[in-house]
Amino acid sequence: MKAINRRQAFALGGGFVMLTLMPMAADAEVSNDAAKWIEKFTGGKPPVKGKIALDLPEIAENGNTVPLSLTVESPMTTESYVKEVMILADGNPNAGVATLMFTPLSGKAEASIRIRLAATQNVVAIAKMSDGALFTEQKTVKVTIGGCGG
Amino acid sequence: MADKPRIKLPKEAAKGEVIQIKTLVSHVMESGQRKDAQGKPIPRKIINRFACEFNGKSVFACALEPAISANPYIQFDAKVEEAGTFKFSWTDDDGSVITAEEKIALKA
Repeated sequence: MKAINRRQAFALGGGFVMLTLMPMAADAEVSNDAAKWIEKFTGGKPPVKGKIALDLPEIAENGNTVPLSLTVESPMTTESYVKEVMILADGNPNAGVATLMFTPLSGKAEASIRIRLAATQNVVAIAKMSDGALFTEQKTVKVTIGGCGG
Repeated sequence: MADKPRIKLPKEAAKGEVIQIKTLVSHVMESGQRKDAQGKPIPRKIINRFACEFNGKSVFACALEPAISANPYIQFDAKVEEAGTFKFSWTDDDGSVITAEEKIALKA
């Protein structure tokens, strides 16, 4: 049996690296558990686009603290109000960001928080009204961690 | 971590007025994703729930996930129909609760 030379050794090594990296790359492609969160929140009912104003920066220089504001159109009376708003980030290790629970005492379905985003991705908000109606909105945020602006 | 939470709201409001409340609490919000210098994962430790009550009735609550920034800032609104006390609570993963209270009066 001929001993392998240096070049072949490299080729082999490279092959192994490719093989071991491939499944990991494939995993990264698959988005996180966002679909599961949505399923749990909506019970399988598809939300309608609209009613939500989602305010996020287009480019976030620091993904550690990204300001997020949202407002849901609603009279916020005891008969008709926004019950819950779920916020998801589809490119984070965990999709869940926050679930806001409003009551008629909130007066307005409006809130601001600061969130973490691991990479450029979509932020999704789904609102559940007191009558069970579902609305959604999403926005893409470009994240440049440690960068000096894009 | 014993820092007092910072809460900003008006001292008084007209009956039926919707006021804005801003809250900030000091907390690391350790996500559980990071590793220490030895490569061991740092265990998750976050505030997982925030709640605001007015005279015993729920005004606003929020379930928080690790994707919330350190020192969570939460801003929301409340409708004031009567004078009373807002009670705020932040629940930690370890079960401890940070609480705060703010009074509001009706404008004469």
